[in-house]
Amino acid sequence: MTTTAVKPATMAQALGRALRDAMAADPAVHVLGEDVGTLGGVFRITDGLAKEFGDDRCTDTPLAEAGILGTAVGMAMYGLRPVVEMQFDAFAYPSFEQLVSHVSRMRNRTRGALPMPITVRVPYGGGIGGVEHHSDSSEAYYMATPGLHVVAPATVADAYGLLRAAIASDDPVVFLEPKRLYWSKAEWSPDHPEEVAPIGRAVVRRPATGGRTATLISYGPSVPVCLEAAEAASAEGWDLEVVDLRSLVPFDDETVCASVRRTGRAVVVHESTGFGGPGGEIAARITERCFHHLEAPVLRVAGFDIPYPPPMLERHHLPGVDRVLDAVARLQWESEWTEGRAV
Amino acid sequence: MTVLEQPGAYRPTPPPAWQPRVDAAPLLPDAEPYRLLGTDAAADIDPALLTRLYGELVRGRRYNTQATALTRQGRLAVYPSSTGQEACQVAAGLVLREQDWLFPSYRDTLAAVVRGLDPVHALTLLRGDWHSGYDPRDHRVAPLCTPLATQLPHAVGLAHAARLKGDDVVALALVGDGGTSEGDFHEALNFAAVWRAPVVFLIQNNGFAISVPLAKQTAAPSLAHKAVGYGMPGRLVDGNDAVAVHQVLGEAVRRARAGGGPTLVEAVTYRLEAHTNADDATRYRSDAEVEAWRAHDPITLLEEAMRDRGLLDDQAVQSARDAAERMAADLRTRMHQDPALDPMDLFEDVYAEKTGQLREQADALRAELAAEEGER
Ligand SMILES: Cc1ncc(C[n+]2csc(CCOP(=O)(O)OP(=O)(O)O)c2C)c(N)n1
Ligand SMILES: [Mg+2]
Repeated sequence: MTTTAVKPATMAQALGRALRDAMAADPAVHVLGEDVGTLGGVFRITDGLAKEFGDDRCTDTPLAEAGILGTAVGMAMYGLRPVVEMQFDAFAYPSFEQLVSHVSRMRNRTRGALPMPITVRVPYGGGIGGVEHHSDSSEAYYMATPGLHVVAPATVADAYGLLRAAIASDDPVVFLEPKRLYWSKAEWSPDHPEEVAPIGRAVVRRPATGGRTATLISYGPSVPVCLEAAEAASAEGWDLEVVDLRSLVPFDDETVCASVRRTGRAVVVHESTGFGGPGGEIAARITERCFHHLEAPVLRVAGFDIPYPPPMLERHHLPGVDRVLDAVARLQWESEWTEGRAV
Repeated sequence: MTVLEQPGAYRPTPPPAWQPRVDAAPLLPDAEPYRLLGTDAAADIDPALLTRLYGELVRGRRYNTQATALTRQGRLAVYPSSTGQEACQVAAGLVLREQDWLFPSYRDTLAAVVRGLDPVHALTLLRGDWHSGYDPRDHRVAPLCTPLATQLPHAVGLAHAARLKGDDVVALALVGDGGTSEGDFHEALNFAAVWRAPVVFLIQNNGFAISVPLAKQTAAPSLAHKAVGYGMPGRLVDGNDAVAVHQVLGEAVRRARAGGGPTLVEAVTYRLEAHTNADDATRYRSDAEVEAWRAHDPITLLEEAMRDRGLLDDQAVQSARDAAERMAADLRTRMHQDPALDPMDLFEDVYAEKTGQLREQADALRAELAAEEGER
């Protein structure tokens, strides 16, 4: 298993490797879920774990999400570090009661006596042509539940680093895996995974250097969309900064606000619905903190406020490059009085 | 005529005939609730056990009346009494070993107290103070659980984890008759059976889920019968016969400890008081029904059996009551002291480390408190 060369790896491989390394490093780490054992999960993220660590460490459970998360609570009470796989975003819903009523607040209810070091891995988001119930962006539900961390990687390296951090965390982490990035590739060495900042730090994926600047803020599957939009925008004379939040909770106000203060304009991009979605919270936080630096209202490019559409129509629903560029164009450049200000 | 019906047509051989994987018969509960008191078998019961159970029942009843009184004095926000169910509570509290875990619901503070918890700590949640007045690890008592049946999968997970580690630990999880309709009841029992987890589930069937009688809750032959569907034994026991409950639970705990897997026990009992002090039970049940159950009171049943065997006299009864009175007096005194809560603790233990947001909110509250202090 020792490959020293840096070769292209997929996000799926990096996630699988993170699980493996976490299990090897700590016998308290147990993986449980539907089809995670023999099959290796429907996305093959847990491939090989049952073989290497045995059925007791990587367990095919009965088909019952509340039962999976509920038993994980008891396992955590006894000192284990369960990593739960939900098969798809929309199939995590039966476990909501356990998540909201117990996982998120057990530490608080017991005044610190019973922390819940549980990682709930959720393959999430659309763009894979999945039929009904296979493409939800459910992050707003999780964000609205105090006590949970909510993390979504956008790169291969982050997928590894953030999943290791999530498993090592003494707090529960809902780990949203962008399904459509599972097969995205990057140069990445499993034997020398690069250091990743702790959970709660955003990162500037593309810095703006000056001119007509704005900040695109996104996470998970929308980050590559924003990067692509930024490239396209540069042809039109805009220099867009792209912030990858990496975690919605905790929220990195510092990195976001520093960027918006530099650029003066911001667009939040996500697949989740706009109404009641994360973008509203993010726009409010920016407005509260950076009002005097803003040249235009913070705009949102989000999924429509509709149930997730059929795959044949999903491209109209998902925020794409054009829609992001349209939003950038609406950032009141005509009233520009700081044009050309140095960044 | 279809192609397959034509003479000489190819007929696929069916796969091997379905067979039950376990024989259902040994899993079935008795037809009638199992009883010991008032039967010939009562003569063989260890007198020391009877004395212990009696003392705990008397103390438990007094604990219930005292806690109910504290609601009237504004010292408890709410109290779901286990009056009438003391036999179940006491047996559940006594049947476990030190290293075992108890998973109580809101109605089971008495079981926790019998297990060794300070009554004031057991009642902390119900006085409107912090959610758990005790560290669950101290007495291996999980936090009192209010969302019905959600504690059951926790018990399964904990027992499973302990078994994987090779530790000798059994979990006893309590649930009400209404709670058996919840999905978590089903999922917990299924997981427990599949994993052969060392868990015992005790249903206290007290006839009602607030106002809703059992007949509107289930069409099962009995709640104990539900065990069969999961492949575990179901036991039906008279929940007001403390000795029978103690014995049945004891057997189930021993079975779990020996690696025999989970057991479901249904104890048939009755909630003599209203659901809580805030409930009006006259809206859904008759006095006659309540009186009939009073005649089957767990304390009277045991007292009579012990007197029959010459194991209890007036003096022993009086000394049990005196001990209970001392407990009640102590509880009263301590519950009449105002607890000191620090509002700044609101931000503690939400996460291992406060997020930036929580630090900001804590600062805001601190400033508010300082301003309030200044106004005084
Ligand atoms: C999930 C959930 N739904 C509803 C309630 C409100 N509730 C509290 S107690 C109760 C009745 C429960 O009856 P049962 O399980 O028989 O227990 P008992 O109160 O009789 O001990 C209800 C409906 C709750 N606590 N949790
Ligand atoms: Mg009931």
